[in-house]
Amino acid sequence: MSDIRLEERLAAVLARLILDPEAPPARHIAVGAASPIPAAACWLVHKQGHPVRLSLLHKRSGNPFTEGTRELFDLTGQGRIDLFFLGGGQIDGKANLNLVGTGEWPGRSVRFPGSFGSAFMYAMAHRTILFREEHSPRVLVEQVDNISAAGVNEPGVFRRGHAQALVTGRCVFRFHPDRARFSLQSLHPGETVESIREATGFAFDVPETVPQTPDPTPAELALLRGPVCDEMLETYPEFCARVFDRKAAA
Amino acid sequence: MTSPISLEAMAASVPDGALLALPPDNSLPSVALAKALVRRGARGLRLLGVPVAGFAADMLIGAGCVAEIETSAVSLGEAGFAPRFSAAVKAGTIRVRDCTCPAVHTMLQAAEKGVPFMPLRGLIGSDILAHRPDWKVVPNPYEGTGEDPIVLLPALQPDVAIFHAVMADAEGNVWLGRRRECATIAHASKRALVTVERVVPGNFLEDERLAAGTISATYVTDIAIAERGAHPVALLDEYGFDAAYVSDYARMARTEAGFAEWLAREVTAPQAAQRAVAAE
Repeated sequence: MSDIRLEERLAAVLARLILDPEAPPARHIAVGAASPIPAAACWLVHKQGHPVRLSLLHKRSGNPFTEGTRELFDLTGQGRIDLFFLGGGQIDGKANLNLVGTGEWPGRSVRFPGSFGSAFMYAMAHRTILFREEHSPRVLVEQVDNISAAGVNEPGVFRRGHAQALVTGRCVFRFHPDRARFSLQSLHPGETVESIREATGFAFDVPETVPQTPDPTPAELALLRGPVCDEMLETYPEFCARVFDRKAAA
Repeated sequence: MTSPISLEAMAASVPDGALLALPPDNSLPSVALAKALVRRGARGLRLLGVPVAGFAADMLIGAGCVAEIETSAVSLGEAGFAPRFSAAVKAGTIRVRDCTCPAVHTMLQAAEKGVPFMPLRGLIGSDILAHRPDWKVVPNPYEGTGEDPIVLLPALQPDVAIFHAVMADAEGNVWLGRRRECATIAHASKRALVTVERVVPGNFLEDERLAAGTISATYVTDIAIAERGAHPVALLDEYGFDAAYVSDYARMARTEAGFAEWLAREVTAPQAAQRAVAAE
């Protein structure tokens, strides 16, 4: 199907990672600010009929928290958030995230918005899926300039979870916290191991065979374009207009 | 409870150099009061984003009102990076104390409880911790000697909490619905200045359905009426987010000259100030 949009492909990829039977179960997922594609993936899982509780931090009507956003962090501190999504202006080969900025602290070259809750959520959620659409040596670096949230910790530091995977516009990497390295899991259409190497600033492991990332199924696409979009219109109007050609009622 | 004061009088009561706690764009910021602070020419303000900052903070930074910001992020949401904040960081004209969201909440909760510090999990391995000499890592005293390092955060008491609520009652209680981080800010701060859409008769604390979303007048120093006082930010189910207004701001504020033009048109021009007064 040539009319699959990249955003739809990425949402379907993320949905499969959410449901990965090898990962801890995703009973309660929280989705942070400015994350329309991860939000679409969560709604897709939900609309497929899986029993998952979604806490969407930026949902205006029906927001799940009645004690303010600190409830998200309290839930996560207790281990009651199974999965969270994070990105980064820079992500390095040890899965360290930089949401602060490049150059001298606090980001004198290019300042990013800031770390949000990453320094806490990354360690305290049961697992984190890293998502960054731009896959370039500028974003995927050998070592981040500043660490907002560390990919792994020294032994003895309490930590509940790590990165499960890193999904980009070109491929899916799996993260191995035991050796603090990524391995290539699947290639999006048009990519090769070589093209990924060229676009990636960090070293990663390559298994003998690397499959292609599967296309979203017609059923997944129908859900994304229909009921998933319906749920997302209020929070992500610009995204829905651009990807699904749908506008919210005035 | 004294009667509501004017928006400009409220802005005048905020001294230069004060530490102001502001909620983010999804949680009742008083953009009206931020604009009034720009008009009064506030200087040297220290902002605390609870836990992040948005439109109002970027505008205050652009207008030269801010010396320092402590926050977990400054962002305009779908409209992108906060342009005046980014420019000020690059130019080195603002001191940034980077934080992480639950740390802001925890420091305020320590102030609420009147205890000197509270612990928080996570953070270890982050450069945010490395740049916060006021945050300490200690071994968990309930574990064996030297085991289980954990971060301690000092209590943080802002000078002034500033936010916008839907309504106040005749007793000076303020109703903000489910956005109870504003209650935390009010509890933790020395003073709370609240703008509201309207003042209504009665007492919210006598109404079981309103009481849980109410901040008692105990915590509220002053109230000013500012209709559409959160605009361009959404206010609960009262009005939505004005994406076109924020996009226009984001575009113009990319340059200092563009920002100055925007500020003159929307904030400091006599007509803009009069619109604010008319709304009172």
